[in-house]
Amino acid sequence: MSKTKTILLGHGSGGKLSHDLIDSIFVKYFDNEYLRQQTDSAILNAEGKKLAYTTDSFVVDPIFFPGGNIGKLAIAGTVNDLAVSGAIPKYLSCGFIIEEGFSLKDLETIVKTMAEEAKKAGVIIVTGDTKVVDRGKCDKVYINTSGIGLLEEKYTGISTAQNLQAGDKIIINGSIGDHGMAVMAARNELNITAEIESDCACLNSMIKGVLDISENIRFMRDATRGGIGTVLSELAKSHNVGIHIQEEYLPVNEGVRGMCELLGFDPLYVANEGKVIMVVASTDADKVIKELHKSEYGKQAAVIGEVSDDHPGSSWLETSVGGKRIIDMLSGQQLPRIC
Amino acid sequence: MKYIDEYRNKEIVLGIAEEIKKISTKKLRLMEVCGGHTMSIQKFGLPYLLPENIELISGPGCPVCVTSREFIDKAVIYSRMEDVIITTYGDLIRVPGSFSTLDQEKAKGADIRIVYSILDALMVAKKNRSKKVIFLGIGFETTAPASAAGIIKAQMAGLRNFYVYSAHKVMPPAMATLIDEGVEIDGYIGPGHVSTITGEGIYMEIPKKYGLGVVISGFEPVDLMQSVLMLVKQLEANNPKVEIQYKRVVKPEGNIKAQQMLDEVFTYGDDWWRGLGILKNSGLKIRDNYSMHDAEVQIPVEVDPPKEPKGCLCGEILKGVKKPKDCKLFAKVCTPSNPIGACMVSNEGSCAAYYLYNR
Repeated sequence: MSKTKTILLGHGSGGKLSHDLIDSIFVKYFDNEYLRQQTDSAILNAEGKKLAYTTDSFVVDPIFFPGGNIGKLAIAGTVNDLAVSGAIPKYLSCGFIIEEGFSLKDLETIVKTMAEEAKKAGVIIVTGDTKVVDRGKCDKVYINTSGIGLLEEKYTGISTAQNLQAGDKIIINGSIGDHGMAVMAARNELNITAEIESDCACLNSMIKGVLDISENIRFMRDATRGGIGTVLSELAKSHNVGIHIQEEYLPVNEGVRGMCELLGFDPLYVANEGKVIMVVASTDADKVIKELHKSEYGKQAAVIGEVSDDHPGSSWLETSVGGKRIIDMLSGQQLPRIC
Repeated sequence: MKYIDEYRNKEIVLGIAEEIKKISTKKLRLMEVCGGHTMSIQKFGLPYLLPENIELISGPGCPVCVTSREFIDKAVIYSRMEDVIITTYGDLIRVPGSFSTLDQEKAKGADIRIVYSILDALMVAKKNRSKKVIFLGIGFETTAPASAAGIIKAQMAGLRNFYVYSAHKVMPPAMATLIDEGVEIDGYIGPGHVSTITGEGIYMEIPKKYGLGVVISGFEPVDLMQSVLMLVKQLEANNPKVEIQYKRVVKPEGNIKAQQMLDEVFTYGDDWWRGLGILKNSGLKIRDNYSMHDAEVQIPVEVDPPKEPKGCLCGEILKGVKKPKDCKLFAKVCTPSNPIGACMVSNEGSCAAYYLYNR
């Protein structure tokens, strides 16, 4: 069986299939120095200033879920992509594709949430577009947002992890897998009642707090589709370093653990919408953790591992029982339409 | 999580590992024949905790992996029929057949729905009376009783549009065949879920006839390490026998009700296993009394004899003769996103487990 000739759901998973698709089609034809970096945001030069620019589309099903809705996700997703690049998010655009027959009341709820979330994050929505398609041609509503942020010169190396070094500490701001499992539980087909809330949130003010107290943030990425497993594995591969994570330090909420057990998912690969992986110089790890703990989105922040010279190019997990295994990129599809 | 955390206690696991190291002198090859065990062993990184003289090898314990290409090919043909809805467990959907996968058919518009239980498939049949709803029944003694229950339910509810396409198999013939074929094994880590249904009786021949130990194991790290310890103790003392480590679930006599249901709906027939070929009385066929729900009887289709992919070592890997890393395709051509052999597809397949956790 050779490679598939059609698009599969797995191509949108954020894992290996997505990467292959991006490389083999999009980068192939759009290729340029900015795109090639494949960072969360493109870092652009504008008359001597640095701009971060990003875009993201949202097709989550269901559109309302515990802890948020598609609108909150659309703001947080784009704001976070800018923030993890070290930028201060400023301006957003938003495009709606709406299915004929969609409830105006639901649309208003979504837009209101977006406005509230944008206000909280200190961004404004400055331009937009609306399209309506025939009933059945899209599922309720899809949203695209783009965002522009301002970037200080000294932070330009963060998104490419330019200064990554052995001994650096790896930090996460809280529990993993909440968003993916919250959305999964909200889908009726499973008949699961679980008290899991999506972690969907704008992290820019928390991240700014960290950048203000440490000059030694080597790398940040929001661990959305593909989970933290995919982020860590990618980082190890792209920078040819070893990454060692200790499972016992990984925060996973009880409900998420239970649901993952039940459905056979690995929380490492379940989507988050309010989690950032930070790589920090070991000297600064303690103060970064202290700073994160001050934020409502960083209460469970923890050092979960470190960068090392061992096993360059791969990411390892010391399991909760003392065994060892590799962490690879998510392969194939774990959950479709999670964001 | 209560009732799970106790079995994932690091100190206990390391304590057992220490004890194994202390008493183990012989070189032992222990085979697990359950995909759940394979995954758990790799996920918790247990081989790393065992001394070098103890090797864990994976056998034909993943139902998706031992299923024939012909089964997938026929399922694909079914999915192309206008009035058919295919219902299936998720892991079958990406398994390569000779000319397509269910995944690709779904992308082309076939009505293929992933279900978590046969009861969901029955609901689909209830809601879609004008369609033929076919449930792809795969799995060992573990899932077969659920299929039996589903068929009985469909019969009672008069769901004439509900069919099961059965590739259900039973484990003991495969365990015996591996030894007959000369695969070097000193002991079996017995499948916990299969044994919950069957009880321990089905393994009694293995120590008697072949001199191998069998310990029926649970799925958590403490369970698996303890089972290895029990096997090491047996084999160091030259006293192979059948023991149950997973006592909190497995009763010696098994689940009588499930056994009765299996017997009510299914009868034994010869079946083809990847890597092992045709094994006598190893498949579960739907009895004549229930043939109105047997897809093979009611909707017969023909496919060309399937070809196994070139270079794929799935067969040897399933026998435990080769390890995934011995296969030239492994992790190069064959990856979870582009699987060549079934062992790379299923979450429980040896190649997928090695790819994910132990490369």
